Formats: sequence, C-alpha cells, structure tokens
Amino acid sequence: MSTYIGPIRDMQFVMKELAGLDEVAALPGNEEVSSDLVDAILEEAGRFATEVLSPLNHSGDQEGARWSEGAVKTASGWKEAYRQFSAAGWTAIAAAPEYGGQGLPKLLSTAVMEMWKSANMAFSLCPMLTGGAIEALMLRGSDEQKSLYLTKMISGEWTGTMNLTEPQAGSDLAAVRTRAEPQGDGSYKLFGQKIFITYGDHDLTDNIIHLVLARLPDAPEGVKGISLFAVPKFLVGADGSLGARNDVHCVSIEHKLGIHASPTCVLAFGDKGGAVGTLVGEANRGLEYMFIMMNEARFAVGMEGLALSERAYQHALGYARERVQGTEAGVRGGGKVAIIRHPDVRRMLMSMKSQTEAMRALAYVVAAATDLAHHHPDPEVRAERQAFVDLMIPVVKGWSTENAIDVASTGVQVHGGMGYIEETGAAQHLRDARITSIYEGTTAIQANDLLGRKVARDGGQAIKAVIASVRQTAAEAGSLDGPAFKAIQNALADAARALEQAVDFVLDTYGTDIKAASAGSVPFLKLLGIVAGGWQMARAAIVARNALASGKEQSSFYQGKIITARFFADHYLSLSAGLSHAVVYGAAGTLDLPEELF
Amino acid sequence: MKILVPVKRVVDYNVKVRVKADGSGVDVANVKMSMNPFDEIAVEEAVRLKEAGIATEVVAVSAGIGACQETLRAALAIGADRAILIETDAELQPLAVAKLLKAVVGKEQPQLVICGKQAIDDDANQTGQMLAALMGWPQATFASKVAIADGRATVTREIDGGLETLSISLPAVVSTDLRLNEPRYATLPNIMKAKKKPLDVTNPADLGVDVAPRLSTVKVEEPPKRGAGVRVADIAQLVDKLKNEAKVL
Ligand SMILES: Cc1cc2nc3c(=O)[nH]c(=O)nc-3n(C[C@H](O)[C@H](O)[C@H](O)COP(=O)(O)OP(=O)(O)OC[C@H]3O[C@@H](n4cnc5c(N)ncnc54)[C@H](O)[C@@H]3O)c2cc1C
Repeated sequence: MSTYIGPIRDMQFVMKELAGLDEVAALPGNEEVSSDLVDAILEEAGRFATEVLSPLNHSGDQEGARWSEGAVKTASGWKEAYRQFSAAGWTAIAAAPEYGGQGLPKLLSTAVMEMWKSANMAFSLCPMLTGGAIEALMLRGSDEQKSLYLTKMISGEWTGTMNLTEPQAGSDLAAVRTRAEPQGDGSYKLFGQKIFITYGDHDLTDNIIHLVLARLPDAPEGVKGISLFAVPKFLVGADGSLGARNDVHCVSIEHKLGIHASPTCVLAFGDKGGAVGTLVGEANRGLEYMFIMMNEARFAVGMEGLALSERAYQHALGYARERVQGTEAGVRGGGKVAIIRHPDVRRMLMSMKSQTEAMRALAYVVAAATDLAHHHPDPEVRAERQAFVDLMIPVVKGWSTENAIDVASTGVQVHGGMGYIEETGAAQHLRDARITSIYEGTTAIQANDLLGRKVARDGGQAIKAVIASVRQTAAEAGSLDGPAFKAIQNALADAARALEQAVDFVLDTYGTDIKAASAGSVPFLKLLGIVAGGWQMARAAIVARNALASGKEQSSFYQGKIITARFFADHYLSLSAGLSHAVVYGAAGTLDLPEELF
Repeated sequence: MKILVPVKRVVDYNVKVRVKADGSGVDVANVKMSMNPFDEIAVEEAVRLKEAGIATEVVAVSAGIGACQETLRAALAIGADRAILIETDAELQPLAVAKLLKAVVGKEQPQLVICGKQAIDDDANQTGQMLAALMGWPQATFASKVAIADGRATVTREIDGGLETLSISLPAVVSTDLRLNEPRYATLPNIMKAKKKPLDVTNPADLGVDVAPRLSTVKVEEPPKRGAGVRVADIAQLVDKLKNEAKVL
C-alpha cells in the first residue's frame, strides 16, 4: 500500500512565498506564529499523518464502519488513532484559546488539515464536522451551551455533527420538516428524521453533540422558519457529567461508493418521546447561521479535493517509477524502461502534479485572505479581502473537487490494469473523491452561488478586480526572459480575456434571462478556477525565477515550479477559451431540447 | 542527573532514496528530512527518565547544517529542556562527531549520554562507541531496557540469540535499539513551547575540533534489482537450490 508523505516543501513554499505568511503572522493575535513554528508543526503533523492515519486508510476502506443494534462500530484502529489525535492536541489547532484551543491562523491549520485529509479522508471527516459544530456554538451559542460543550469538543473528548439533510431536503434546505416543540423550561423536544449524517454515531467518544436544523410550531414557511438546535447524544448535567441517553438514535448507516470508514447515518429524533435539545441563537435564524458558517465548511471540502489529488499523485508517481513496460520512444536498442519514460505517462503525471499545485496555491491564498479578512486592523483591507474570499469559496469547493475526480481517475489510468484492482489502492482515491463534489452543496449549488451572490450581486466588482490582477501577473511574466514565461504570459492573457467575456455575458443575462446564465454556471465556475489556479501558478513561477536569480538553495525545487507552471498554462489555461464559449454560446443547446425528447 | 542526547538529521525513513547519477552519493535535494529514528528513541528514553524523577535535565545536541535546528526543535517538543547546535557545512564522519560530542560533554558534564545505535543514512554504528572510547567511559550498546540506580546503569541489550544484561558505572554512554521504547508524538502545545526553549549555536572551531574527513567515498550504487521468483516442486528441490544455486546451506 502506498505511504503518504506530506508535501511539506511545497506547503512551505506556498505559505511563505506565495500566500504571505509574514503578513498573516503580523496580524494581532498571531504573535507566536513564525516561520520556524510553521515548519515544526508541519513536520510533526506530517509524521502523524504518515505513521498513524495513512496506514489505516486502506484497511478502513476495506473493513468500513459497521452498524448493529442501534450503534456504530468504527473500523479497526480508528479508536486508538482518534485517541492519539486528540491527545496530541490536533483537534484544538484553530479553535479559540478561551476554550482550550490554540487559535492558530487559518493559513496554518489549512495546511495541517490537508495532511489529515490526504492521509485518511474518512478519518478526517470526524474532526472536520466537529469543527463545524464548534464554530456554530462559538458563533451563536449561549454562555451555558458554550461552557457545557465547547471545551470538551475542542479537546476532542466529544465530537459534533451537522444535521441538515432530510429525505426531501437536500440542496433545498427550506424543505426541512423536523419539528422542535418548546417544553416551557427553555428546552425543546425534537421529532423527525435526518439522513446522511456524517459520524452521526460512533464509538470514538462518550458523547456526541448534534447540531440540528428544525422548525418551531409557529415558524413561517420556507427558509425563514428554520431554527438551529443543540442535541446531545447523552444529556449533560450542569456540572458537565453525563446523564440519561437522549432520544436520538442511529437507525442505519449507508453502503457507499467511497469513504467506507466514515459512518453516514440515518438519525431518528423523538421515536421514544422526543429528543431534548436547546435553541442555538435566535428562533428562525438557523439557515442564516448556516450561511455564515458555509464558507468554512465549503472551504474544508474543497481541501478534500486538493488532498485526494495529492494522495493520488503520490501513489501514481511511485508506480510510474517502478513499473517497467516497453522501451523508450526514439531510443534504438535501449532496454525496457519504467513507464515514467513514456511521454503520455509524463503528461498524466504532470497533469496531476500541476493541478494539485494550482489547487494548493489557490486554497492557501484564500486561507491567508480569510485571516486578513478577519483580523486585519484596517477595515478597508478586511472588506476587500472578504470580497475576494467570498468570490473564491465556491471555486475552491467546486473546482478543486471536480478536479480531484479527474486527477484520481488519471491516477488509476497511470496504473493501467492494476489501477482497477482494489488491492492497489489507487481506485480508493477515486471512489473517495467522488463524494466531494456532492456534499456541502453540489457543484451546481456552488456555481449558482458564484453567479448570483458573488458575481451578479456586486455588478462584477470583485471578479473584475481579480481579472485586473491576473493581467498584471501576465504582464510581469512577460517581462521575464525565456520561453516558459512567454508561454505563461500568452496563456494567462488569453485566459483573462476569455473570463472577461464570460463575466460580461453573465452580467448582461443574469437579470434578464437567468436560465441562460445558469445553463453555463458550472463551466463558468470551472473557467474561474482554471484562471485563478493559472494565475497563482504564474505568480509561483515568477517567485521561483526571482529565487533562482538570487542564488537561493534548493534550486531544483524552483526550476520544477517554473516547468509545472508552464505545463498548467499550456494544458489548462488554454482550455479557458472553450469554457468561455460554452458559457456564452452554450445555453441554446442546453435548454432547447423539449423535455419529452430526452 | 543531566543527560545528553545527540540527534542527527537524516533522510526520512519513508523516503525511497535514489543514487545520484554520478555515483557520488544519494540525492537529498527536495527530500524530506527527519530525526534519525534511533535518536528519537534516545530522546524519548531521556525524557522518560526525567519524568520519572531520575534525570534533572535533558540536553539535545546536533552537529551539521543550520537546518539541524529543526531536528533539535523536534527533540525539544518531545521534552528535552534545551539544545545545542554545532553548526558546520562540512561533511561529518563518525570520528569527527564523536570528537565534537566529547568537547560538548567536557563543557556540559552529563552523567549519561544516550544516543541512537546508528543513523539510518550511513548505518555506521560507530559514534557512540567512539565517544565512549575518547572519554574513557563505560558503554552499553543496543539497549532494549535501561534502569538507573545508585550511580549505575543496568542495561539490557539485544545480542544474537538472546538478551544480555550489563551493569555499568556512570558516567557512561548508552546506545538505543529499536525496542527500547516507542517514542511519543509531540503534542501541539509542546511544539509551541519548544520554540521558547533555549537553543545555543556553536561550531567546530569554537570547540577546538578538527572535523576534516578521514575516509573518502569511492562509489555509491543501487543494490542489484531482485530477480523474479521461481516456484519449486518440492522440499527436496528447494534444499537442492539453496545448497547448490544460492549456496547458503
Ligand atoms: C456521504 C455523505 C455524507 C453526507 N454528510 C452530511 C452531513 O454530515 N450532514 C448533512 O446535513 N448532510 C450530509 N450529506 C447530505 C449532502 O449534503 C446532500 O446529499 C447534498 O447537499 C445534495 O442533496 P441531495 O442529495 O438531496 O441531492 P439533490 O438536492 O436532490 O440534488 C440532485 C441533483 O440536482 C441538482 N440540483 C438540485 N437543486 C439544484 C438547483 N437549485 N440548481 C441546479 N441544480 C440543482 C444537484 O446539483 C444534483 O446534481 C451527506 C451526503 C453524503 C452522500
């Protein structure tokens, strides 16, 4: 089975030389953050990912989580790995210091999270969902809820879940039907069924805090009538002690394509008299709170796309160096060679590598922008960074996860027939990747968000600022010598033009013909992803070039960066024109076929 | 009691090393580096002795390039109290390292040096022994169990065909084997604390040590590729092949 090794060198490069670690470290509250500390944390997290989480990835997939008699049993090794994970303090990395967290910046916790997800995505979902529940309680929890739950969730002693989905309410959460009845003592009883709840039950901890969307009896219809509740698996006494078993039960788990070791639960609330919960924040504002938290959650799932791409790449690279097949093209009388010598295998590996690095560059840049948007002393900088983050979140989520499916599939292809055999492990990355473009809002939902809220609503202001920056980077690349930089300049300038054309189309049609605009929403999202990724790779190439010119050590890393950026420019930025065409001219073909002709 | 723990920065054990095209060594550019696993065990053992109230201070020391600071910080995160870097870009061979360590031991006056039995990059298995010889101290190598009492160390060591238990007087050098302990994972709070622990930097000249290499590397090459296996018909054929083809019986 392949061993995962954290790509620490590239992480350091992106954090320090591209995303602006120095600027993040200079923010108030980040006094302890330094380049050395980042190195030390990446090293140790990498070690944990390689030695503890990665070895359980394949066995967890084969064994899966199991359900019997109303309870979930996690795969072998999970419990001990979780114990070590929380004992080492990793559950607390980004959480608030007043509840025992380390409060480290998002830029750093993002890189660490990437390693958990690469090493073992099914495992990583447990702390990730707990993180979402912690954030909801931090954001709107009462003092009592915070003191009862937060410290234990941050230390990892308890976990959390997010209960949104119901059979009739998936993408459309306005259709939620779970009921919450006030008991007159400030508490509520919940009745209803939630489906697809990740780590909705497990044997890793003594308690689980469920955050649940439900309706009050007098709630208005639709989005404005949904409230958020905290419902513990075991009731918690005022002194923090565990009390009676609450009336929320896992009635089954799903059999899935991938992430087998992550239990996906059907949860029944109130079958035996009502599940006791407390209201989080104000009544009828639950969906609004979800929206505030959505950036975080969607970003995290985007990271899964990046993380699985990295894992698939490492796996494929290892195989390509070892597998001997055929002779080298153009070499007469040479012996048999490893398949990495075949140009098409190189193309596949470069496509995996360049997309992965582009996704990492974009995601970390967005993570750093989030830190600035939250903590920069200047309100103008905060607002400008926030607009950038808001624009890019659906891209990090939608583009990275769609890419991951492509990258993991290419990884299978590099393995040839062995890729199709489960024992090899390459197929697992593809199966695991497949969920990422579905949960936490499908790609279409991301694309709707991008078009409506992020592009049309501000009249294209944020995205035009990005296009201007892209052009500046293209010009900068053009001022450097060498064919790689010429290629990057041309591809980036053409891509900026293609994106601008698509943006103009969206701005023109969104108000007048929303169907035509929406028909091209996913190609539009992919287009923005490619341009943003190519832009960051171009910046990376320029940084690398300057580092080489200044005679820094590790020159081979920087040389590789320039070549990889050029590959991305020629193979992916070059797709921009086609995607833009699909946005601008594609609606007719999408919408014209009468429904009965399908 | 003060314990000194030498630690070496080596290519991570998960990395599949590749020999440089010119055969001058292995390629370490862009390769992940970590603390030598045997040294990790040494740090863990020293920290456990401190936690048990037997040792009072654990000092980690490393010789090599500036990046060895990372390795020292890792030792501090496990629980060492302070660190010393002997900074040099020179190629260091075991004898040079032993001499450097002797100089540090002279200054620090530890009662015990716990080091890894060998480094996984050159597998030399010499430094601890050389240090003991230079100091004129007793040594117990390949330890799988260490107990300290009454100014003596009782060390169980793994030898061919069994275990041997030695009792040696302190100060002494002990080198660790794989089964001595299972090193902990540093916790996030301890990684952050490690940053604030003292790390002094010195160099071979200040320690008065000549580190010029005494050995030269002639050639480094990949081990021969393993050939395909064969299926034997029965035990007799296997024994015959082992005797006459492999010549191992
Ligand atoms: C393994 C797994 C884990 C999950 N974990 C959780 C969890 O922990 N908590 C939780 O609450 N939920 C969870 N979910 C649920 C998940 O978030 C939903 O499945 C997802 O939001 C999609 O909803 P749906 O399945 O109802 O699909 P639908 O909403 O029925 O979508 C079907 C198709 O229609 C498209 N579509 C729907 N509406 C639109 C629209 N307005 N515009 C364009 N296209 C549209 C979609 O893109 C999709 O292609 C999980 C799901 C899975 C499979």
